[in-house]
Amino acid sequence: MQMNAAARSWLGRSAARRCKAGPTSPKSFYSTTIRNDRPFRMAVVGSGPAGFYTAYRVMSKIDRAKVDMYEALPVPFGLVRFGVAPDHPEVKNCQDKFEEVASSPDFTFVGNTSVGDLGAQFDGCTVPLASLTKNYDAVVFAYGAARDKKLGVPGESQLNGIYSAREFVGWYNGLPEFANLAPDLTRGDEAVIVGQGNVALDVARMLLENVDVLRKSDITEAAIETLLKSRIKRVHIVGRRGPMQAAFTIKEIRELMKLQHVGFHPVDMALMPPEISKLPRARRRLMDILVKGSTAKVDSASKSWSLDFCLSPTEFIGDAKGNLSRTVFEKTSLSDPFDTASRVSGTGEKIDLASTVAFRSIGYKSVALPGFAEAGISFDDRTGVIRNDGLGRVFSDKAHSEDTPVPLAGVYCAGWVKRGPTGVIASTMEDAFSTGDAIATDWISNAKFAGDGDGLGLEGVKEDIDTSRCNIISWNDWHKIDEAEKARGQAIGKERESLRAQ
Amino acid sequence: MAATTSRSLSRALRCLNAPSKSIISCDLSSRSLFSPRSRLPSLTQSRAFSITPLRLHGHITPPSPVKSQLHVTFVDKDSREHTFEVSAGDNLLDVAQANDLEMEGACGGSCACSTCHVIVTDEAMYDRMPEPEDDENDMLDLAFGLTETSRLGCQVVMTKELDGLRVKLPSMTRNLQASDFGSK
Repeated sequence: MQMNAAARSWLGRSAARRCKAGPTSPKSFYSTTIRNDRPFRMAVVGSGPAGFYTAYRVMSKIDRAKVDMYEALPVPFGLVRFGVAPDHPEVKNCQDKFEEVASSPDFTFVGNTSVGDLGAQFDGCTVPLASLTKNYDAVVFAYGAARDKKLGVPGESQLNGIYSAREFVGWYNGLPEFANLAPDLTRGDEAVIVGQGNVALDVARMLLENVDVLRKSDITEAAIETLLKSRIKRVHIVGRRGPMQAAFTIKEIRELMKLQHVGFHPVDMALMPPEISKLPRARRRLMDILVKGSTAKVDSASKSWSLDFCLSPTEFIGDAKGNLSRTVFEKTSLSDPFDTASRVSGTGEKIDLASTVAFRSIGYKSVALPGFAEAGISFDDRTGVIRNDGLGRVFSDKAHSEDTPVPLAGVYCAGWVKRGPTGVIASTMEDAFSTGDAIATDWISNAKFAGDGDGLGLEGVKEDIDTSRCNIISWNDWHKIDEAEKARGQAIGKERESLRAQ
Repeated sequence: MAATTSRSLSRALRCLNAPSKSIISCDLSSRSLFSPRSRLPSLTQSRAFSITPLRLHGHITPPSPVKSQLHVTFVDKDSREHTFEVSAGDNLLDVAQANDLEMEGACGGSCACSTCHVIVTDEAMYDRMPEPEDDENDMLDLAFGLTETSRLGCQVVMTKELDGLRVKLPSMTRNLQASDFGSK
């Protein structure tokens, strides 16, 4: 008997929690009675894992929670759809859980609707932030990190052939914003990827993997066309620090090592600890695999890659036509190469890598939404996160004494916009659960929330949207998009082919 | 107790196999699993909070009685023990979810995340299990609070040799998370 695991756990969880909580915190069952028997109305901004896992937690902890989820794009799931590599379909299985959450009568998807005017580039609707705080008890910011960090070196913004990993990943996953990126992979055979996180390895795998393998995934047809024409044969994945400090994880390294006909240039053993066997388990296994190298030998392989450690980019150099030709790096030195927290400093010595295409993969960044200042929401521009108490309660920017920050009633955050753009879906899930728990605790303990308690949720918000000029996408509309995408995909032998906003 | 477990399983299944039923109706019927009438030892302290009558959807036949029942015990984050009778071939993620324990399984049991991490309490028992494959170890390396006897629940399949297995669910706190992912 095949059971839908997600559905089962959803059912089981909500039943179990209510029951188990019984003897210890009976209040939770009757939370609605202390709130005059009215529903708890919550708006979630963003429909990625952070938004869905927060909604899930709150809906299973508060009896009469009603959740409306606002998404700037017409389609849900955020980076699960537009960030997770197309050849990692199993990672996307969390969508089953999200689907289960969304099928609740207490959940409403408000797609194609941005909060503030950020991201409203596809004729979507726009809701002022003030409309949310007026119409809901709680607003949860879970809109992730929609910008990327820049290197800030000469040539970066001027030359052709330099892409951010975020736009490249968005492009091959069918993110409408980057539908017209058209990266040129035909001018030469060497590519440089700056950064050594898992996104960098995803980009490398797309450049190195056999296109016939990728074709079966839900990668866009446009990306397949481009990759078929690619001349890239040699990929440098460059980082400022060494293997012991690198951010990539073992699954992604192992995948690259196992690619057919793709060789790995050996790592610089001077950066490897002398006794790898004595390292803690995770580092030990990672270093082992780096030393062991690839299945294919570089000499006989058709493509190859390397991890180039201890290099920091200083300049991109172009040809007369303004196309990238070389990337200049300064060699760095590590205070202790075997310490995972080693300091890094420049040595002044420069080297060049031939490169006709370069990808910047040094991290994502969140930005404040329009209306944050008016709402008194404290956003840290330097680190790119909403200031919060660590459990997702957003701090007010009014009480500016750093020692005693004051949480804003009914305003929460979860996911990357809360703790910064790192970690896998499991870490975002835990993070979202902690925010969900904070919200439930506050509701049950009768804390002050946003609005005056008689907000109407989406019905109230709709009064502030000019729906004659834009279309809200509902969950049913999304299902139609989903079916159309699957039908298009089936016609060409893959899981789905994304429809792009025209 | 065997009867109770299989009954609760079949109820959950019935619920899931009824496509027209909303979460809510499923939810109501599954609540009664935890009524005091249930003789699951770990749950006897729970009190009834719902008197919604059991809904029988009748879409599937309850599983037939299994001849060789095995036992597995989960120790949850609050150190409470939950012992279940299971069949050979069941994996720990399925068992935990069928019995409403807090175990997520974000990737649907495809060994692509670490949310069904369990810690085997008895080293001898751990040694009786087939060695984890590389892909399981790769995911465990990312797990919160990894130990020498950690496994992914979705990859541990019950066999006669594992009868009486005890596993702990790791407590996933913010601190663990921050330290585990701080260097990434």
